[in-house]
Formats: sequence, structure tokens, C-alpha cells
Amino acid sequence: MGIIKASRLIFDYIRRDEDENIQEVDRAIDNLDLDIEKGSFVAVLGHNGSGKSTLAKHINGILTPTQGTVWVSGMDTADEDLVWEIRKRAGMVFQNPDNQIIGNVVEEDVGFGPENIGVPTDEIWRRVDESLEAVGMTAYRYKSPNKLSGGQKQRVAIAGVMAMRPECIVLDEPTAMLDPNGRREVIKTVRELNRREGITVLLITHYMEEVISADRVIVMDDGKLVMDGTPREIFSDVELLKSYRLDVPQVTELAWELRKGGLKIPAGVLSSEELMEHLLPLFDKRFPGQIHMGSLVTV
Amino acid sequence: MIRDITLGQFYPVDSALHRMDPRTKLFGTMVFIISLFLADHVAAYVVATGFLALAIRMSRVPFKFIVRGLKAVMVILLISISFNLFLTDGQELFRLGFLRITREGLSMSCFMGLRLIYLVIGSSIMTLTTTPNQLTDGMEKSLGFLKAVKVPVHEISMMMSIALRFIPILVEETDKIMKAQMARGADFESGNLIQKAKSMVPLLVPLFISAFRRATDLAMAMEARCYRGGEGRTKMKPLKYNRRDYLAYGFYGIYLAAMVGVRIML
Amino acid sequence: MSIRVENLTYIYGAGTALEQYALKNVSFEIPDGQFVGLIGHTGSGKSTLIQHLNGLLRPASGTVYYDGTDIYNEGYSLRDLRAKVGLVFQYPEHQLFEVDVFSDVCFGPKNLGLARGDVEERAKDALKQVGLKEKYWDQSPFELSGGQKRRVAIAGVLAMNPRVLILDEPTAGLDPKGRDEILDEISGLHRERGMSIVLVSHSMEDIARYADRLMVMNHGEKVFDGTPREVFEHYRELESMGLAAPQVTYIVHELKERGVPMEDGITTVAQAREAILRLLGKEGQL
Repeated sequence: MGIIKASRLIFDYIRRDEDENIQEVDRAIDNLDLDIEKGSFVAVLGHNGSGKSTLAKHINGILTPTQGTVWVSGMDTADEDLVWEIRKRAGMVFQNPDNQIIGNVVEEDVGFGPENIGVPTDEIWRRVDESLEAVGMTAYRYKSPNKLSGGQKQRVAIAGVMAMRPECIVLDEPTAMLDPNGRREVIKTVRELNRREGITVLLITHYMEEVISADRVIVMDDGKLVMDGTPREIFSDVELLKSYRLDVPQVTELAWELRKGGLKIPAGVLSSEELMEHLLPLFDKRFPGQIHMGSLVTV
Repeated sequence: MIRDITLGQFYPVDSALHRMDPRTKLFGTMVFIISLFLADHVAAYVVATGFLALAIRMSRVPFKFIVRGLKAVMVILLISISFNLFLTDGQELFRLGFLRITREGLSMSCFMGLRLIYLVIGSSIMTLTTTPNQLTDGMEKSLGFLKAVKVPVHEISMMMSIALRFIPILVEETDKIMKAQMARGADFESGNLIQKAKSMVPLLVPLFISAFRRATDLAMAMEARCYRGGEGRTKMKPLKYNRRDYLAYGFYGIYLAAMVGVRIML
Repeated sequence: MSIRVENLTYIYGAGTALEQYALKNVSFEIPDGQFVGLIGHTGSGKSTLIQHLNGLLRPASGTVYYDGTDIYNEGYSLRDLRAKVGLVFQYPEHQLFEVDVFSDVCFGPKNLGLARGDVEERAKDALKQVGLKEKYWDQSPFELSGGQKRRVAIAGVLAMNPRVLILDEPTAGLDPKGRDEILDEISGLHRERGMSIVLVSHSMEDIARYADRLMVMNHGEKVFDGTPREVFEHYRELESMGLAAPQVTYIVHELKERGVPMEDGITTVAQAREAILRLLGKEGQL
């Protein structure tokens, strides 16, 4: 069993009227099975309302299943006695950077989690120092969060989670409200944490560029898991992705269009280097002797 | 910029007073305020001036900066001075039409003015040398005894510190919503009182909704980070008395004794 | 119906130690019916700039002319201006406040002092334009999905019947499909109603697809102004500002540098596909 496992998970949002009668049942997660390996970087894709955020909230026990079971490090999230232990192991970063920072000073916010779980003072300081260093925010430790950019705030939020010494981090659209710079900053930080510290990462997003370097990509639609594979596997079926209201990076789309147009290009091209590798020989054949095939310094 | 608005301005330098425990400063401010109400003789004001001058020096906050805080209370100051000056009975010094100034009035208004000025300066020294966080921490700890009578001291101080964090955000948000409604032709300025109140609805409703949304988000984020009230919590920055705090308490004792002494003897 | 901006300068915290130029000597003219993309990273001054176009902010120096008249002239009705120059803020759904969708959209035209019939007529038109189905009209706006709320908010500005529509990142936080839907609607307003559009965006890809003209802001100054293809030629400078040209322009550039006779001015995937397939002809076929 992996670090996160869901079995036949069902979750219904139930709306009740004033007399507690059920008015409307909205199935957000529909019979989902999932097993995530420790240390992996998994991206979850899906359009708004596909159930991906609901799934995220199950992993640290903010929501508990209507039916089925979710285990984190072998602990059943429905077990109320284990909820704090689970939250310690599975940290969570949310979408809105302003609404998850509690402290008035960066370092105090990072210390908030350890304070809650009763870590001794010296150890809190050690963890705060390390966590700030890990996300590259040490220089801002005495600043007010209000003075930071969106990307910096999200890095503080990640440091706050890291200070709990979790085994995995669930990030629920952490970049949706950021500009391209902030987005890059956050994704780079998360990727480094995954590689260096071996933290399991579950990244929920709808930006395709962010999932290219994931170990595994899961696509959700209508509460169900509809695609599951490596980024290359997922991106080789552009039409299917589009049918789930998703998009692909321009390179992948161009490669796929060219392939459809009859060119000898494989499916699931992820980078411009890769596209070049397949395009240049074709151009070389078409314009013999004209094409510079070696490496270019820039670009 | 609008986001620079802070409650209780903090002046960021490193001084003996800045490093002092917030509880010591809270207590010191209280002692000073009480002593001002004891003072009714010039000698007492001399002692109090000495105490204040020492505190100002130790704070390393520029005097000009401290005095700036007086601007806010200028009106109250002038009113209370003139009331005392003109409305106190006693030996007449001179009169100007219906206005009459007495010897008693003059000394009373001088004392009153000084007392108010010292009060404002004394408490601004505390807020200038203590961050809002330290202040809430200090209050939480000093009022800890109230827990015995079921006052949720930790929760109150947590609320205060969250409020401090969100006030600038909400101020900015207000500005944004206001502009967005103005772009839809809303008018927040003209009209009579009722019209003005009505025109606030398009501002207040979105603002409340946003505040509630933020509160829900924040509660979830706090829970996700294992927050479950004050029970079993440790502190990253626990309050600890140092030598300088004990010295300060000793000094408060001497000061208060002197003030009481002056009151009784003179 | 043109908007002309002349030497616009705006300073934050004027008179304090923290004085900061948010806009420095910005000038341009937007003729009637143009679709302009406005790009720049956070803090580049683009949001400050658009708030001048309908008179929400007052510049330190310089001015804005609407239809040849200085909008900061005494007696100029800013309220009338705001009806002609509609501004949709970022996350516009946060300004919704009425009990139902329809009344919320009526707020703008009602402020213009129109007769009730006209107000409702306009609200209906606006809601239809953004493609919100009639069954939602009497629902509370707070019960709608994120994408639907955003449409209601945009309809709220459209109901003012503006000649110019300015949108500050109208697609922020939406998923790809929701983003395309909103952008298609905006482009429809441009095509069918001849509305001038100013679209503030982070996405070069979106701008390349829709805009006739692209302005780039950096540190409060207008640094580039031209057709998207002209601006994307400067992709290296764009990168140094923390921006980037669309991915596809990089591929086209590399192909050119390697000696492939690619044509100029390719900014979208569709154009690149055509060009490459045309060049390779039958050679590259499977």
C-alpha cells in the first residue's frame, strides 16, 4: 500500500433545507480508487468542479468519505482519534495565499503548525530555520506577509507545512491566483522539496505546463478518475484531454497537429527540444545542406 | 499606500526598551498612568518628567516621532485646557470681556494639559517599542489568571492577532470593491444621509461576503495545520523575564514610592 | 470614440518617503474598435493605467482624452464616462451583492438614471450576451459556479452599454475551457458590436490569439506597443522583464535560426502548423 490510498471513495455534498431534509445530493467523488507511492510527484488535473479539490480535502481529513476509505500512511482518515496525526503527516497548501497565513511575521507563521502540535521551543526554531531555508525565504523571515508577492506568500505557506515534518504535501491549485513568475517560483520550490527531501507531492492544478515533470498524472472528470499515466502517456491523446475541458501546452499541441497533418512525429511530445529532434531531420531531407543540425548556443 | 496603515505604530529600532518583555512595558505604562493621577504638586510632575525622559531615552525613538502622536489628541487637549483655564473659580488674574482667568484655573489647566500629554506620550512609547504581536502575547500572558473564571484569554488574543493581519487586506479590498461599483456608476459621495446609507449596500454586502469567505478559508487552513485551541500548544517565542525586566520592576517600585511620597508630604 | 492618453504619470504615496512611480509618462491612443492586449507582470503599472481610462484615479501629471475631451476637466461627468468606458476588475464576481442575478445586472443601468423598462431591457441583453441561461436569472448570484458568477459580473458592466470594454485578467482562476469561453465571448463583442477592447492578461498565448495590438508595461513605463508579431520579435527583452513570448514563437525562431525558410509573423499554433506543413509538403509525410 502506498502513502495515500483511496478505495471505492465516494463523497456527496448534501444540501439540506431548514428542517434538515435532504434537498439536493451532489456527488463530487464517484467510486474512486487511487494508490500513491511514497516519494512520488503526482499531478491531478481536471476542470473546475471535477472533484479534484474534494479529493485533496480527504487526504488530510478535512472531509471524510461518504462511502469507501482513505488511508494516509496506513491510517484511516475516518478514525477521529487519528485526525491530528494524519494532518501532521499530510500537509496542505490552499489556493488563496492570503487566506492561509495566520502570523503577522513570516517566521511566526511558519512556527504556527509546530506550536499547535506542542513542539518544544528550541525545536520550533530549528524547524522554522530549516523550512524557511528549504523554500528560499530566509531573507524575508522578519517581514509582514502583507508585503510579499503572491508567489512568496505561497512559499511561506509551504514552509509552514514543512515545519510540521510531513511525509506528503497536498497542494490544491496553489498557483491559480498567481502570475507566471509566481507560478514558476512555487512549482520550482515544490519540485525541489520532492527531489531533495523525498516528500511525496500531490499537485492539483489546471495548468498543463506544471505537470510535465511529474512522475505521474491523474485526470479527473465528473468525480471519476478518467486518465492515469506518465505525462507523455497523458499528453499523447490531446483530443481526449480536450474532451475533459483541459488544454495542452502549445508545443504538445503543435506536435500533435503536425502528426495529424501526416508528419512522422510521435505522440506525447512534451518539450520544444523534443519537437526539434523530430522536425529537423524532416527539414534536412527537404532542404539538403541548408539546415544547421548541431546545437545552438541560445534558444 | 493604503496597506501601510497599522494599528499602534511600531518603530523598528533595537533598544533596551524594545527588548523588554511586553508584560513589563504594559505594567510600567499602567504604573505611570496611575502615578499621573496621583500627581497634584509641581514636584510630582518633576519626578514624572524624569521617569518619562528616561523611558524616551531608552527607547531610542526620535523625540519628534513621539510628539507626532500628540497631533491626534490636539483637539481634546485644547478643549480640556481652555475649560480648566476659563471655568475654574478663584483669585482673578485678569479678564477679557466675559472671559476670566484665575490663578487656580491657570495651574489647573497646566497640570491637566501636562497630564494628558504625558498620558499620550507614555502609552505611545509602549506601542512604539512593542510589536502588535508582542502586545497580544503580553496581554494573553498577563491576563492568564482570567482563565480561571472561564474567560477565553487565548482565543481572544488569537482573534486580535488575526484581526491585525486581516485589517490591511480588508482595507485594500474595500477600496477595490468601491472602485468596481463606481465603475458601474455607483455614487458614494452625494445625496442625503439616507441615500448615502443606501449607497453603502453595494459596498458592504460584498465586503461581508468576502470577510466570511476569508474566515472560512482561514479556519480550514488553521485546522489543516493542527490548530485546536490553546490546549497543549507550545510557543515559538515564549515570554521570559530577564534581568532588565526585574530591574524595571524594582525601578517602578521606587518611582511609585516617590510619587506617593510627594503626594503625602507636600 | 477614441481614448487618448498623454504623458500620464501616477505616483504612489506622493509626498512621503515611500514615493513610487506607478506610471511614468505613458502615452498612446486607442482608436475606435481596436482589440488591445495589455501585458506586464504584477506591479508593472497596468492595473493603475486602466483605472485612469475611466477616471477612477487622478494622475499626478498628464491627462486622458475621451473623444477629444479632457476627462479631468472641471464639470466633465465621470459618471457618463464610466458608462461609455466599462471596466471589469479582476475577480469581478467579488462585487456582486444583489439577491438575484437579474437585479445585480440592473445596478449599473439603474445608476445611469434610465427608465425601468430600459434598465431591464439592457440587463436582459447583457445576460444574453454573456450566454447565461435564463433559468439562472432569478437565482442568487452566490449560488452559481465560479465561471457563471464571472459572467454575471461582466454582464453587470455590459449593461452600461459601453463603447470601450476594459477587462483586468478576466480569466484568472478559470479552467482552460472556462477561459476559452469567456475570451470567445469578449472577441464576439468586439466583432459583432464593434466594441473597443482592452484586455489585461498574463497570457501571451491568449493575446496572440485575439488582439490586434499589444502593449507591454514594465516598471510603470510602456516599453512595447505594436502588433503581437512585432512585439514577440523582442522575446529576449520580454524574458528579461519576466514575461515570455508564446511557446510557439520560440519554435519558429529556432527553426529560422537553423536555416528553415519559415515565414514571418507566426504567433499561433494554427499558423505554425500551416507554415510547417506547407514547407515540408509531401517530404515529411508518413
